[in-house]
Amino acid sequence: MEEEIIMVTKLPKVDVVTIGVGWSAGIIASELTKQGKKVVGLERGKDRKTEDYYMAHDELRYAVRHEMMQDLSKETITFRNNDKMRSLPMRSYGSFLLGVGVGGSGTHWNGQNFRFLPYDFEMRSKTIEKYGVDKIPADMTIQDWGITYDEIEPYYDQYEKMAGISGEDNPLGGKRSNPFPTPAMKKTEAMRLFDDATKRMGYHPYVQPSANLSENYTNPDGISRAACQYCGFCERFGCEYGAKADPTVTVIPVAKATGNFEVRTHSEVRRILYSNGKATGVLYTDLTTGEEFEQPADVVVLSGYVFTNVRLLLLSGIGRPYDPTTGTGVIGKNYAYQIRKGRATGFFDDHKFNNFAGAGGLGMIIDDFNGDNFDHTDLDFIHGGMIILGQTGQRPIANNQVPAGTKSWGKDFKDASLKYTNASLTVSGEGASMAYKQHFLDLDPTYNDAFGDPLVRITFDFEEQDRQLTKFMAEKCEAILKEMGADHVDVSGDLGPYNVAEYQSTHNTGGVIMGADPETSAVNNYSQMWDVENLFVVGASSFPQNAGYNPTGTVGALSYRAAEGILKYMEKGGSLI
Amino acid sequence: MSDQKKNNPMLDKRSSRRTFIKNSGLTVGGVVLGGALGSLLAKDGTTTTNETNVHSSTATSNANVALMYFTPDQYRITEAASERIFPKDENGPGAKELLVAYYIDHQLSGAWGMGSKEYTSGPFFPGEDTQGYQGRQNRQQIFEIGLKGIQDQSLKTYEESFIELTEDEQDAILTEFADGNVELKGISSAHFFGVLRTATIEGAYADPLYGGNANMDGWKMKNFPGHQMSYMNIIEKEFTKIEPMALNSQHKH
Repeated sequence: MEEEIIMVTKLPKVDVVTIGVGWSAGIIASELTKQGKKVVGLERGKDRKTEDYYMAHDELRYAVRHEMMQDLSKETITFRNNDKMRSLPMRSYGSFLLGVGVGGSGTHWNGQNFRFLPYDFEMRSKTIEKYGVDKIPADMTIQDWGITYDEIEPYYDQYEKMAGISGEDNPLGGKRSNPFPTPAMKKTEAMRLFDDATKRMGYHPYVQPSANLSENYTNPDGISRAACQYCGFCERFGCEYGAKADPTVTVIPVAKATGNFEVRTHSEVRRILYSNGKATGVLYTDLTTGEEFEQPADVVVLSGYVFTNVRLLLLSGIGRPYDPTTGTGVIGKNYAYQIRKGRATGFFDDHKFNNFAGAGGLGMIIDDFNGDNFDHTDLDFIHGGMIILGQTGQRPIANNQVPAGTKSWGKDFKDASLKYTNASLTVSGEGASMAYKQHFLDLDPTYNDAFGDPLVRITFDFEEQDRQLTKFMAEKCEAILKEMGADHVDVSGDLGPYNVAEYQSTHNTGGVIMGADPETSAVNNYSQMWDVENLFVVGASSFPQNAGYNPTGTVGALSYRAAEGILKYMEKGGSLI
Repeated sequence: MSDQKKNNPMLDKRSSRRTFIKNSGLTVGGVVLGGALGSLLAKDGTTTTNETNVHSSTATSNANVALMYFTPDQYRITEAASERIFPKDENGPGAKELLVAYYIDHQLSGAWGMGSKEYTSGPFFPGEDTQGYQGRQNRQQIFEIGLKGIQDQSLKTYEESFIELTEDEQDAILTEFADGNVELKGISSAHFFGVLRTATIEGAYADPLYGGNANMDGWKMKNFPGHQMSYMNIIEKEFTKIEPMALNSQHKH
């Protein structure tokens, strides 16, 4: 075989280069370019705009065939439940989805937008303070974030104004410095049932905060967007109205308008270049021509999805890889997820709903069993999760709920799935996911990507904490549905092992975690790497463990804080903490 | 019964065909030898195809109703099996009238059939249940093996082609597949059945542009309005029935 000789072309230096162009990179680019910094964004996928979604109401193309997701033939992840199992590649999509293209996961998300609870940021110390150190199992490696709710609140506020988050106060949430930029979304009939039932039960329901936009809105950057039409095609789709907050209709155009932001699509970063304790730039491949480029920069922002962030650090030999046998090292540590199987579905014999309509961030929630909002003294788990009745729009291929015991095909299946398609409602827990010593990310010893570089490997399973939490949440969900008047309720409370083939959520977290101590964390609370001061690793990779909410709102807040940190660093240099 | 049929055992009813196969000694342990059965099926198939064209008014004018991937035999087995998964009933048409088998044919011919966006590099190991599909076969190959398996199992059990079996007999065969009880080379019968079931549901409910969901009848049965620009006026209301629209209503603008 003829050997391909690839010359690396060295490009002129820029102020900042971002790896990936999603929410984190978009926010950072908009803040930095407004201050005159030159930013280059390297995105391996294609460009996107609102007009592209003219044909987006296509469940098969977008939701089932994953139009907006990474091509797994080029790169996937490998998975095993524990270190005794052989890791094998995730050959097709299952448990979570990997977004690609300009806007990243921020284009295909639902728009379910939250602030984490004050407890979430200080979970370890507050748990010990109230219940004693024995409440935390020996192998549970939860950590405080090195930032408190009060410290992160201004950045949540900044992010929410940019995105135009719609909502109403959460009676059990952290204090807000400002009201929501736009009012809560509309209440559907199903939401009203949940609202009334949970109030009667003494809980504290509120309309889910949403990035779908309840009314036309102009943000502080001068970007105007139209209100949501409740078309029911959000998650896995792009929004044809630009109503759903997405980097391509908010921060990216703001950055581009300054003339200081250049996005290079089809450009896949292969390595972060590093010498003498500093990142010097990145090496990337132009996927169209196969050419390789070196892009030098004063600051490198690693802002891909969780797996990309961990993988590129490990491939580049940056940071101390996590060792699960000793618990030392940090890169790949504290991989966590979301515990979403505690749920119940209610079937109504004489009541139909507009289940086909909805919005990605449309629903009613109670937080009475989230965080430490309830007493855990006599419970075999810590934390909890929100309980939600969502109305995201039930598309027909994916939604064929039938009562338990119904055959999954044939006459009975068809009849029951048609009968209940607009006559069943699901109430589910979104359980927090704790970190464990034995849950981590590293490089796979066997399987490679299209370039021949090792894939990232996930070692993860559900633990006893997760099983107890699932059972608890399922019972609460069942009681709510009964109070809502369901004629028959099926309960899912048995967790089983983690299965990578079964869709659960795209809420993967950790691996480059944030903290106050360089020994036990990879980045400080500006997302600045302790070991490499001009390298910022931004995204849900910095969550020390996951909360009982969707992650994007917190990623947005951390990104604004990182942007502030990068500007400070460019002025003064050194560690920001 | 026509005179022609009376005189031609190969076009006759199932009992005589069964006898024919038995007497001709063409089956050995359920495996059919040579091309004799193939020609037999082709003749049955002609009849079936004509029936499809006659009963479905769209078929004659719908240029999409033709095969991109399946052989005629594979098409007929898929049509019959998908009809049992999603049968015609008092709610409305089943997979056959919804043209689901054409949908599956068209999907198999492209990226989905070949697993173009899936990780297909080795090495291959069986894996645990929690690790997802780990086989070497793409969906084209899975259908090839699975559909042949359905036919073989039908001949073995009933000495009859799958498409000639009664509904109960077809259900019994498919149940064996769904339960993973049929030995197939390279894949489990349960995995094949799962792919077939999923594809059938897709063909019933995907936008008609893909060849199934004929006349949007899948959506009509399910009260799914398809492509609508806005539900602003009904989102707060009780259940509202809305006539469905397909994506071509948007594209024609």
